Amino acid sequence: MLGPAVCALSALLVPLPSVPGVAHLHVSGAVAQTAPRDPVVVGTKNFGESYLLGEMFAQLLEARGYDVVRRPGLGASELVFQALRTRSIDVYPEYTGTGLLAILGRAPPEDATAAYREVADAFRAEWDLRWLPPLGFQNTFAITVRAETADSLGLETISDLAAVAPQLVAGFTPDFIGRADGLLGLRETYGLDPGRTRSLMQAVKYRAIAEGEVDFIDGYSTDGFIARYDLTVLRDDMGFFPPYDAAPVVTGELERERPDVVAVLTELSGRFDEGLMRTLNQRVEVDGEPLESVAADALRIIGLVERGEAGGMEGRGSRAGRPSSEGSLLAYLWNRRAETFRLTGRHLWLVLLSLSAGIAVAVPLGLGLERARRSAETTIRAMGLLQTIPSIALLAFMIPFLGIGVAPAVVALFLYSLFPIVRNTYTGVRDADAAAVEAARALGMTDTQLLAHVRLPLAAPVIMAGVRTAAVITVGTATLAAFIGAGGLGDPIVAGLALSDTRLVLSGAIPAAVLALLVDAALALVERGVAPKGLGDPAS
Amino acid sequence: MEQALEARDLVKRYGDVLALDSVSLAVAAGERVALVGESGSGKTTLLRSFNRMVEPEAGEVLIDGAPVASRDPVVVRRSIGYVQQEGGLLPHWSVLRNASLVPWLRGSAEAEEQAVRALGLVGLPAEEFGSRWPRELSGGQRQRVALARALASEPRVILLDEPFGALDAISRAELRRAFAELVRALSVTVLLVTHDIEEAFMLADRVAVMKDGHIEQVAQPDALRSSPDTPYVRDLLEKAGAR
Repeated sequence: MLGPAVCALSALLVPLPSVPGVAHLHVSGAVAQTAPRDPVVVGTKNFGESYLLGEMFAQLLEARGYDVVRRPGLGASELVFQALRTRSIDVYPEYTGTGLLAILGRAPPEDATAAYREVADAFRAEWDLRWLPPLGFQNTFAITVRAETADSLGLETISDLAAVAPQLVAGFTPDFIGRADGLLGLRETYGLDPGRTRSLMQAVKYRAIAEGEVDFIDGYSTDGFIARYDLTVLRDDMGFFPPYDAAPVVTGELERERPDVVAVLTELSGRFDEGLMRTLNQRVEVDGEPLESVAADALRIIGLVERGEAGGMEGRGSRAGRPSSEGSLLAYLWNRRAETFRLTGRHLWLVLLSLSAGIAVAVPLGLGLERARRSAETTIRAMGLLQTIPSIALLAFMIPFLGIGVAPAVVALFLYSLFPIVRNTYTGVRDADAAAVEAARALGMTDTQLLAHVRLPLAAPVIMAGVRTAAVITVGTATLAAFIGAGGLGDPIVAGLALSDTRLVLSGAIPAAVLALLVDAALALVERGVAPKGLGDPAS
Repeated sequence: MEQALEARDLVKRYGDVLALDSVSLAVAAGERVALVGESGSGKTTLLRSFNRMVEPEAGEVLIDGAPVASRDPVVVRRSIGYVQQEGGLLPHWSVLRNASLVPWLRGSAEAEEQAVRALGLVGLPAEEFGSRWPRELSGGQRQRVALARALASEPRVILLDEPFGALDAISRAELRRAFAELVRALSVTVLLVTHDIEEAFMLADRVAVMKDGHIEQVAQPDALRSSPDTPYVRDLLEKAGAR
């Protein structure tokens, strides 16, 4: 089935992690299972609804007197699940259908209760993880139409739609069209056969239906855009889509050692419905309201926290300077300066780590290729191929081997840095002043001496130019490291993208661009420094 | 007389091209021999066989009567001076450091003094030119440095490959004259490749005319002029206006 598999996939391809202000508290090595005073670590996936639920978990726990560490936007299902399984976090919100399909690889039963029971039993048996009682809403696949279309054609269910579908235009994500558990299954189950099907990306789907370009689309049942564009969700009357009940998932240790924490989280069960969730999602994703205030409102609406009790973040240092949506961009950036500084430091650290590893491998490799020229072009071309792998895809490939966090990010950045350095080392050494190399050899320099005293010094500016290219690429690509929990300036960028908050995006993008320029300028100085003096000033 | 350089039946192919077709040549100690011929005649290949920059497929190369094939090529090269057409100075080294290259490679304790002496011999006093970069010199001065570099460790043999070929006429004439005096004074063995017959006649005791990978004739300039062995040699000399 599609479901969260798609959810997970789109999360992988469209990084949306992290939340303003909250994204940046880091887990300190030991996690909260033993001493009661330890903070509870709350993780989330990297899309709006997951942030919101995680923030609600966190605020509720804080309102009940617990310390909380937020670890939001941990990539897709697989990532955040790995984090829980390895006890890097204590709790995150998950969906039954996702647990069964994406994590356990099982076909979910049609019945929601059966699905919940099956996933809860399997998680307990396999990983000592607990599913707390469901929150009360499902975020499943949904077929939606404009409200006016539903009224004029009298559509309530997908069966109703199937009857008139040949006269209508469908707008589906490419994934949904191609898969057996998407359009193909709908056709089989409902006989649904759209007159025309247009392939649309997630981002433009809602606009397309709102403007009448298409008549019905696939989506998720709690999408904020459903409320925003006044769409109607058609009932899945034949139970084609699997159940996706949301529930907190916690570690067995938390349940055994801190039942009080589990009791607080259990207060949320059954308090939600799809309508409420849609409205909350709209406020965050469509209207761009700050996540914290929406979460605080939500806790009040469902009656768990009194006014003034939650949203106690004003008292917390990292939130005190949290920018409102008023004021100039400059003031906004100025208010975030401490956070930006911290993120820049981490960003730089990721870049330096991967770049130095890249240099340590690529320069010797380039020199080696110069000695084996026959295979050089092929090898360099193959490395160039590596460069064409989209960054997000490369980061995703790393997860099964290296998990989440800094390690996979550094390895991916390292791989990207190789090509420009290898290529420039190879060509720089190959093309170093041929007459000088020839004469030095004819006068008795050994190969090693030629390399150390002639080829490398003459090639140094070219090699450094490769390092500069690699450095700028790495600074840029490192913004994507946020997506697998490595932190850095990507945190606000991906969070801003997820929450349609342009200023948040800029608060990461501007420092990243400045950092790229500064790194480039610094390496330009190094380049001039290593340029052999006798060659003249390259800048003149 | 002892043979400083000797080639016996050298064969070398580059793909289908026979660069050396069983070539033999002997150069006596202190003798100056010029290899002349058109491009592709094999003269540079022959020259470079002596410092093992070219490895012949067949035949034998001897220096001072001993085969070089069994010696470490790096050691062989450090004992032979070498100058090529475009000097090949190391552009990131000063003039003095360039001139001291070979003494330095040989581990000489007085590499710098040797370089200073050699620069003096070629007319570029170290105190004036030693700290300059190669790019700050004229083409003729660069070739003088290359010559100083080849002579600094006082080798008994120097090999020159069109050393004046890239210079303007005035510099070339000047440098030739200086070179002729210098090698006479140092009594060093010289093997010189040039396509300029006049130059060969001026600088060499004997001239070897090469064509298509073999030697047409080796003789002293006068003998070559008066009795060319083959029509090719005669034509070549006539074209050069040397008869």
